[in-house]
Amino acid sequence: MTNEKTVREPLFHISKRDTLPWWKCWLIRIAAVFAALVLSSLLIIVLVKKNPVELYASIFNGNFGSGTKTWLTFQDTAILLCIALAVTPAFKMKFWNIGAEGQVLAGCLASAACVFYIGSSVPNWLLLVIMTVCAILAGAIWAVIPAVFKAIFNTNETLFTLMMNYIATFLIAFFLNKWVKSGSGTLGILEDGHFPVIGDNPSLLTVLIVLFFAAAMFVYLKFSKHGYEIAVVGESVNTAKYAGINVKKVIIRTLILSGALCGITGLLLVGAINHTLTTSLAGGRGFTAIMVSWLAKFNPLYMILTAFIVVFFQKGANQLASDFPTLMTKDFGDIIVGIIFLFIIGCEFFIGYAIKFRKREKKEKTAEVTE
Amino acid sequence: MKKLLTLLLTATLAVACCFGFTACGETADIKTVDIPEYDYMYSDVEVPSDYKVGFIFLHDEKSTYDLNFLEAAKEAKLALGLSDSQVIYKFNIEEGQACYDAAKDLVDQGCKAVFADSFGHESFMLKAAKDFPAVNFFHATGTTAHTENVSNFHNAFADIYQGRYLAGIAAGMKLNEMIKNKTKINGTVVTAENALIGYVGAYTYAEVISGYTSFYLGAKSVCPTVKMKVQFTGSWYDEVAEKAAAEALISKGCNLISQHADSMGAPSACEAKGVPNVSYNGSTISKCPNTFIISSRIDWSVYFKAMIASTAGSEEFEIPTDVSVPMQAGAVKLTALNANVMAEGTVEAIYQARNKMFNGELFVFDCANFTVNGEHLTSYKADVDTDPNFEKDTDVIKTATVNGQTITYFAESVFRSAPYFDIQIDGVELLNSKF
Repeated sequence: MTNEKTVREPLFHISKRDTLPWWKCWLIRIAAVFAALVLSSLLIIVLVKKNPVELYASIFNGNFGSGTKTWLTFQDTAILLCIALAVTPAFKMKFWNIGAEGQVLAGCLASAACVFYIGSSVPNWLLLVIMTVCAILAGAIWAVIPAVFKAIFNTNETLFTLMMNYIATFLIAFFLNKWVKSGSGTLGILEDGHFPVIGDNPSLLTVLIVLFFAAAMFVYLKFSKHGYEIAVVGESVNTAKYAGINVKKVIIRTLILSGALCGITGLLLVGAINHTLTTSLAGGRGFTAIMVSWLAKFNPLYMILTAFIVVFFQKGANQLASDFPTLMTKDFGDIIVGIIFLFIIGCEFFIGYAIKFRKREKKEKTAEVTE
Repeated sequence: MKKLLTLLLTATLAVACCFGFTACGETADIKTVDIPEYDYMYSDVEVPSDYKVGFIFLHDEKSTYDLNFLEAAKEAKLALGLSDSQVIYKFNIEEGQACYDAAKDLVDQGCKAVFADSFGHESFMLKAAKDFPAVNFFHATGTTAHTENVSNFHNAFADIYQGRYLAGIAAGMKLNEMIKNKTKINGTVVTAENALIGYVGAYTYAEVISGYTSFYLGAKSVCPTVKMKVQFTGSWYDEVAEKAAAEALISKGCNLISQHADSMGAPSACEAKGVPNVSYNGSTISKCPNTFIISSRIDWSVYFKAMIASTAGSEEFEIPTDVSVPMQAGAVKLTALNANVMAEGTVEAIYQARNKMFNGELFVFDCANFTVNGEHLTSYKADVDTDPNFEKDTDVIKTATVNGQTITYFAESVFRSAPYFDIQIDGVELLNSKF
């Protein structure tokens, strides 16, 4: 009898929801963004005593303030999207590849090396072909090394791919030292190996190429046999084995694809955008891309949206720092962006799960028992 | 019972905190001595209200290097009476296409002048300069403007080696005082024979070599027997590595530490061990009241003001293609001296040397004052242009006649603004090298 007293129904409990209709999902998401904006507005009013609308306008201007800015937003979205597309098949397979940063850098290094060594001695079209092949190879090699170890020795791919990032970074530092005779480690602009510019818009080609990859990746994952195998391996390795899928082969094949796409991102960074090589060309996007991919639930088409959201707020935070230098540092912009992200990511929980509160009558009943 | 214990613990903690904080509040009496300012002329300019200027930073104010630029920009803004909307800052701009994009955006917003602060921004600033000929682009620490001949692209530096030389005098004076007083550093009495400076450098680049050599020569000018050991960290900002390097130098017998890196690593190591420190980029006296002597820094506001004035239509200043702004113009500053740590007579010694320097009687890299492999330099070729050959092709040794005597000296920052003194002189030992 005494035990019964202590058994109390909690204030609320959580239960898994049935799949919600799509419009309800979006209603929850929009409500979350709205709640985030309200909370950040309060913070802005209390902490920096500014009109929140001014700050939101600044975030918007940072992305779409001019034609140049708009295209840069699209270009940055494209690059982030491309890396997110690259990590997606591996993650879907539950292969925790956090080495996209290094794979992109390997692609950068390979393409820059092509320009540096043979740039002036071959025609530009041939150079671009060679760069593409080398970048794809480099990215693929960087990804396949941990994949092989995982497939054969079952090593931890998270640590392995992470370490490969450092190796790629320092390889670039090494080659910069070797190439730049003045010892400053700064390469400057490479004159050869520039991708053609469509019209007079230097970002358009990158955007188109990545959009193509997004569509291709969607088809690959959803409709191809490979895509199905990746999904099965991700759900359960044993099921995959039982179904006669060669798991090792799938792991290695998928990582080659992943790495190759990272390599292409590196190629775009060097050949179409930066025309130089530094250790920070990937700029942490190899990691951000993982979030982009997860947020989109590994759906390449949703990723276009999630990549855009991430880029939008990153650029917005920078613009805030630029527009309000006397009031705040970049940290404040990051706080606002962080709150908005927290709500966007957090609301997915409410889409998947329902919260049920304890009912009134029950409470009264337990009260009676204690009496 | 548990609750009581928690309460008790919290109370103790709170009391301890109070004591802790009061202990922090009680810093030793900090007394400083200002070095009398050298008078330099500067006249006011009217900047039109539609004039805009943009600044591109590699990081933001969390890096002392960028902070130094930002504060100079703010000072220029204040001095010239510019409004918030006339000055646009771009933070965290990578050394790649992002720099070009930032510059382009600044041009789109109507900037007449664009400044960038990091070495790796250079080729992208140059590209922007070629694409937007109506806007002037200014790049600090760069090396190509004097050979590129793009009329709206400019490089700048400051004669920081002059400031370091003077800071070196403060170090030498301190060593002399320690020798005289038989002060013990790290358990050993300082003597004329073991007077040893430790120097924490970032990279084995000309900029750092030029910096520590001028500092050493300043110290040597008052303490002739001094030697120096240099250790590089391989990073412009690495607090742990800088601290470790300073501690290693102290354990190797260094009696005084200076640094050319951007964190508090070396100064705080010195404060912990009680070793005098000559700092860089700004005063560290508040955190190191018992060891800080003096610090030198580049004051970019002088250059910013002049360049903003000229691009705003003033004809008072010309826009130089490549300039190292001399200390005389206010581009290199010394902080106030720490009265509790500096040696007696330091102010006078610095003051005298500075006057001689400004009058053209004293040259920091006077070849008579240092030897390379036991011999005085009579000629030296440096690679001051950035032709693809990277050959040392320009003779940078010059002579001057002062009071009827001929002085042979290494002409630093004359053939181009960025430092190119990269010689290992006798008395300075490099413990490692980092590129």
